[in-house]
Amino acid sequence: MEWETVIGLEIHVQLATKTKIFSGSSTAFGAEPNTQASAVDLALPGTLPVFNENALRMAVMFGLAIDAEIGKRSVFERKNYFYPDLPKGYQTTQLAEPVVGRGHVDIELADGRIQQVRIHHAHLEEDAGKSLHEDFHGMTGIDLNRAGTPLIEIVTEPDMRNAEEAVAFARKLHSLVTSLGICDGNMAEGSLRFDVNVSVRPKGTETLGTRTETKNLNSFRFMEEAIELEVERQIDVIEGGGEIRQETRLYNGDTKVARAMRSKEEANDYRYFPCPDLLPIVIDDAYIEAVRATLPILPAQWKATFVEQYGLSEYDASVLSSNNVQAAYYDQVAKSCGDGKLAANWVMGELARLLNQHDTDIKASPVSAEQLGGLLTRIKDDTISGNIAKKVFEAMWLEGGSADEIIDAKGLKQVTDSGAIEGIVDQVIASSDKQVEQYKAAEPDKRGKMLGFFMGQVMKASGGKANPGAVTGILKQKLDALCD
Amino acid sequence: MALERSDVEKIAHLARLQIRDEEVPGYTQTLSDILALVDQLQATDTTDVEPMAHPLDAVQRLRADVVSETNQREQLQSVAPAVENGLFLVPRVIE
Repeated sequence: MEWETVIGLEIHVQLATKTKIFSGSSTAFGAEPNTQASAVDLALPGTLPVFNENALRMAVMFGLAIDAEIGKRSVFERKNYFYPDLPKGYQTTQLAEPVVGRGHVDIELADGRIQQVRIHHAHLEEDAGKSLHEDFHGMTGIDLNRAGTPLIEIVTEPDMRNAEEAVAFARKLHSLVTSLGICDGNMAEGSLRFDVNVSVRPKGTETLGTRTETKNLNSFRFMEEAIELEVERQIDVIEGGGEIRQETRLYNGDTKVARAMRSKEEANDYRYFPCPDLLPIVIDDAYIEAVRATLPILPAQWKATFVEQYGLSEYDASVLSSNNVQAAYYDQVAKSCGDGKLAANWVMGELARLLNQHDTDIKASPVSAEQLGGLLTRIKDDTISGNIAKKVFEAMWLEGGSADEIIDAKGLKQVTDSGAIEGIVDQVIASSDKQVEQYKAAEPDKRGKMLGFFMGQVMKASGGKANPGAVTGILKQKLDALCD
Repeated sequence: MALERSDVEKIAHLARLQIRDEEVPGYTQTLSDILALVDQLQATDTTDVEPMAHPLDAVQRLRADVVSETNQREQLQSVAPAVENGLFLVPRVIE
């Protein structure tokens, strides 16, 4: 039988606020255990939560970016369960009235297909602390620094049909929340965590199969592996005459093995009720519009601009628009040199190569967009060739300075003066008897290919400074004259 | 709606309450009485009444995103039964 996979995702996004959702404790990563856990975070008696405006603003930004309905009234509820890293005995979250309603994210697949993934809703909630299960004399260690860190949990509709689509969505979401500046996107530190709901059904049928949920995937690769493994397992179970149990599973990316959590670990009876400690959150149109005015240019908008304005391919435009800093950098380079394709080649080529080599990212690039734009302008106006430009670029990277300063200081200006080039060409022809004879002996339509040798010699003799276009013309003319 | 003995046992477990066997019938009765009261409320026609999340007619005040808490670990952990390396220690939660 042919099977169809159905995937929905739940994503926890840690918001990049300075403080916790309900207290003034810092959310900075990596502090000593429990040094950022205040009386409120520890749920000491008599404490009360006070809601962080910035968490609300970031959630609304996300909602606007996915074209969602914004909940003008949203309500915090208590989700009750006992675990030592949840000191209150409940998680403060939203259920019936979330801050972000239905929206959508469009993803682009390898074959160029655009697919819409519907977002069911996104709600605000608090993160739990961390349990350390290393051996503390048979006890568990609890660090509550993370307790109360603001999260939005984003819930998709089951709109994805394979691991590729799920990963494309995950990457798109990552790019979106980092571009918005509402999340640092550091998956290794748990800033973005994916839960994957997977089920299978006979192809062509409508009813959804029983799903399982694989929790806390913190890399795109693990997500892909976990989905593929789970789909295979479900098909094996069903084809072997068995039934899928609705369960929560854990995937270990190091051992590549998944297992079901014991039912005791789940006990899903959360007895939600509205939190009496928090009043309803009410926002008006003016607030929403003020937030909308602060939205940065988003990847999809950058991409459209790059395709329309600079004539880039969909692929190049996708790569360059995937993060905001890179998109803005590229846009400035393209504007400054007036050639979008040349700018794209350099930002994705030389610049990316050096950034990679020095293990840094574009935010910290020693060459600014103005500097690179200035350099490309000098390629455009034939002051230097592309090869010389690479040397100028490296000098710029190491020593700073503008393209013009470096070109002047190092005497790299391209020779376009035909008299000077003719001189070099004559020299090369005079000292290459053998190659000249071969050229003359060749069929006229093969001669074009043989120019390469002479080109190389001329460029070498000029220190790379001769204008390649001018050299080709003069060489051809002089060599062909010898053949008559 | 009347509760069964097993409902009470489940609720007690979820709330991590240890109750003695002989107390179960009493709780079953009193909790069922509360639910009977809720049934009575449910019978009221609320067609034109907005659901209420909070009895106060007010909205949540918001706090500026500025760090106001300092490290009070020493003081806060002085009342904890067991700590080590800055961590609270609790009975092991996974085997």
